[in-house]
Amino acid sequence: MPLLVAAATGVAFLLVPFLALAQRAPWSDLPSLLRDPIVSDALRLSVVSATLATLVACAVGIPLAWVLARSDLPGRSVVRAMVTLPMVLPPVVGGAALLFAFGRRGLVGGPLYDGTGFLLPFSIWGVVAANTFVALPFLVLTVESGLRAADPRFEDAAATLGASRWTILRRVTLPNVMPSLVAGAVLCWARALGEFGATVTFAGNLQGRTQTMPLAVFLALESDREAAIALSLVLIAVSLVVLVPLRDRWWGR
Amino acid sequence: MTNPVRLLASVLVLAVLAVPLAGCGRDDDGVRAITVFGAASLTDALTELGHAFEAANPDVRIEFSFAGSSSLREQILAGAPADVFASANEENMDLLVEVGAVRTPVDIASNRLAIVVPDGNPAGVRSLDDFADSSYLVGLCAVEVPCGDFARQAFARAGVEPAPDTEEPDVRSLLTKVAAGDLDAGIVYETDVRTADATVDGIEIPAAENVVVTYPIAVVTGSGDVTLAEEFVAFILSPEGFGILRRLGFGSP
Repeated sequence: MPLLVAAATGVAFLLVPFLALAQRAPWSDLPSLLRDPIVSDALRLSVVSATLATLVACAVGIPLAWVLARSDLPGRSVVRAMVTLPMVLPPVVGGAALLFAFGRRGLVGGPLYDGTGFLLPFSIWGVVAANTFVALPFLVLTVESGLRAADPRFEDAAATLGASRWTILRRVTLPNVMPSLVAGAVLCWARALGEFGATVTFAGNLQGRTQTMPLAVFLALESDREAAIALSLVLIAVSLVVLVPLRDRWWGR
Repeated sequence: MTNPVRLLASVLVLAVLAVPLAGCGRDDDGVRAITVFGAASLTDALTELGHAFEAANPDVRIEFSFAGSSSLREQILAGAPADVFASANEENMDLLVEVGAVRTPVDIASNRLAIVVPDGNPAGVRSLDDFADSSYLVGLCAVEVPCGDFARQAFARAGVEPAPDTEEPDVRSLLTKVAAGDLDAGIVYETDVRTADATVDGIEIPAAENVVVTYPIAVVTGSGDVTLAEEFVAFILSPEGFGILRRLGFGSP
């Protein structure tokens, strides 16, 4: 019983703010508010950049998780701590750090710009970079814990049967940890979708180019609270559409 | 190794114990405190005014919350514990006056816009016209915040259609990006150019195109210490207070 009360309190604490938001929503003006091109531009940019960030995160994050879970490299715990840092760091600081690294006068960005004229900030690639920086840890840590829970003997067996490392990863390891992989990718995507601080600091804010939903919501709050609430509802709806169907697949194996 | 559950429990206990320490137990020692909500562009000015006022009144503490004027307005409307509100434009103040959230405002200072460029003006920006040229990387404040609204008034007067690469959510983040060399130019307040003197240069905007901004200040109706709040406002209006503002580059109201 006390367990249920605690659980109900937890749910209520999370749910009440959303109910309050819905109660303040300008339901009758919603269609006209949402027809504003600011909304479609921001929504498109948010979904595209979060998806690209998730793909990049998978490409580098799955191998990283595998190294953390399976190898016995000496600096592993240090690497894991580094991977966790973006979760701890205020995203605005993350954005500033990205600027120091990839900005026009940054450590990497400076030579890159001078050599090729390519610039991450103020473009969608800047948004993707900021999203990936902040969301990558969610993927890595989730996949790593999945790998730790999986029985490594299947991999050993495949190896003794002559399978290559790549085949083992593709045919044995990944199918084994599919639920955590899906969970990690979804968490990563959701975190990227809601990303604000690093994006605005690193990529800037321009409608149609770098203004994602969270940025649009923040600026709408400055001038038109009803529009901000309408935008937030869209963001919530999009997230739920993705999160609800996937939820059972994560935990309900 | 310590039991992780026990470790977590002790951290939680410590955190709970620390809560009363973080809160204000100051009233016990007879110290009076007020909270000033200040527009981001008044950060340095109000902080210095606060220090000077505290130096003259040792039993008084002035606390600050700095943000965009529109955010502060929203917070005050929502009942935030503010005693004094200093806005970067008349609009936000007028909205609060209308609903009786603040007492009669007075103007404390004025400011003008300037073009800000990184130290030495590497891109060679000369005038407002260059903001229409897409070969420069230029930023403005978003139109939702005062500095962005004023900048667009200036462009309208100059007959220039700006093509910004980013629209920053507040004047300080725009200034930071210019100072770091990530942007070739931006439009900020003259006082901001002076604050960041070591890292940026300013280019004057001709009076015919420029906008004069006045900063109104008012005591919040719900203030817990109206007397002290009024004393602080009177101090800002005194010759000593205005001397501080003038030194930071503000003009007379």
